Amino acid sequence: MGEAIVVTSGKGGVGKTTTSANLGTALAIMGKKVCMVDTDIGLRNLDVVMGLENRIIYDLIDVAEGRCRVNQALIKDKRFDELYMLPAAQTKDKNDISPDQVRQIIESLKPDFDYIIIDCPAGIEQGFRNAIAGASQAIVVTTPENAAVRDADRVIGLLEKSNFPSPKLIINRIRPNMMKSGDMLEIEDICQVLAIDLIGIVPDDEYVIKAANSGEPTVMNVNSRAAIAYRNIARRILGETVPLTQLEEKSGMFRKVKKFLGMG
Amino acid sequence: MTGKIYITIKGTKEGLVFLLDDKCDFTLLLDELNSKLDKHVQQFTGPIVHIFIKLGSRQLEEEDKERIRSILRKQGNLLIQSIESDPPVVDPNLKLAPTLHTMTGIIRSGQTVEFEGHLLLLGDVNPGGTIRCSGDVYVLGALRGTVHAGKDGDVEAIIAASLMKPTQLRIAEIISRPPDEWTSAEPWMEYAFLREGTMAIDKMTSLSRQRKEVMLFRGV
Repeated sequence: MGEAIVVTSGKGGVGKTTTSANLGTALAIMGKKVCMVDTDIGLRNLDVVMGLENRIIYDLIDVAEGRCRVNQALIKDKRFDELYMLPAAQTKDKNDISPDQVRQIIESLKPDFDYIIIDCPAGIEQGFRNAIAGASQAIVVTTPENAAVRDADRVIGLLEKSNFPSPKLIINRIRPNMMKSGDMLEIEDICQVLAIDLIGIVPDDEYVIKAANSGEPTVMNVNSRAAIAYRNIARRILGETVPLTQLEEKSGMFRKVKKFLGMG
Repeated sequence: MTGKIYITIKGTKEGLVFLLDDKCDFTLLLDELNSKLDKHVQQFTGPIVHIFIKLGSRQLEEEDKERIRSILRKQGNLLIQSIESDPPVVDPNLKLAPTLHTMTGIIRSGQTVEFEGHLLLLGDVNPGGTIRCSGDVYVLGALRGTVHAGKDGDVEAIIAASLMKPTQLRIAEIISRPPDEWTSAEPWMEYAFLREGTMAIDKMTSLSRQRKEVMLFRGV
């Protein structure tokens, strides 16, 4: 039986879909059988980020309303044989499916996959309730901004109420320099407020934008620092102990001299 | 029997009412009851007389009531109808001691807890989280959210926290907005209270000078 993990955040634009796509792909790289489910009905993105938009025939609503079997709606990834995704519908909205229907679909996927990654829409309404319905574990994505941390806190509260005993935290889009200069929330401060287990930190990386635009998951490029971070998170999901990514940027000669002189 | 009279006997339509003094020693009452019955022994013979005993504010155990009954029983024609005390007077100015609720967990953004009485929270209050209490609020953790103590108007209420970094504090009708109005976050435990109608913060050790009604430790 597979484990269903919902990726959620409350706030929009913190990287839920990017995280879902990259964790799904990273787990597939590690030989796991993975299905990614997009529950952002009406604003689907996961297929675009994965570069699978043109392969969609059926979607989540079609499955829920019985127009097709769940296997017909699954799209096989073009890179990995054991990576699939179930796209959201683009024409309907969140109220066209119920948490019970999502739960049934996730349950029907569990026997065939090791991991089911559920991409949650922003907000805490029906879409959120749908997304968490079938999941047994939750990953909360936040960024080092006050607004994102507030929303993450709100979502963690709702998750705890819905019997998710220990959601995991990903802090995304970290800029080490700003954090060092005190212009960005510290990782430690965020963890203190949210008080849940940190499963990974992901540095801000321009390559993530490029990768998303070209429909290629970031984790495919081992030269990207974000890719390494996502792979490490996938390994932690598998139960390995991996130390947190080093945030220090490689400093050039000039900076080293400045540091040496006590100016850096 | 000399001195004060503690028992007054009144005749009514229903029978005799014994008004017993409620301030004196109980044994004095018993003595006087005995002597009164001996003295007026002739009056207490004949047809059955109903007796109503009023104890005033004195509350008696069943054992002591039985002692009264046994004295009156010596006169065969006295039938005790009732032995009554006035219902205990509730002083409206005297507040019932508020209950202390103990709760553990994190009050997260969007969550509100409300209690009548005091609250001891073993955990944090995050920004966006709210506690409302009619009494005091003690946070054994970081207070980063909003707390309203004395929500029904108790200006004596206090808010104490291990780490005082609130979004907003309210005591009774007073609202204060740190850090616009004050800043804190000292590494020691602090409490907020009202000083002449404005919010003030002090370290926990000063509380004993302000609070008189709680049990005060004076050293051994």
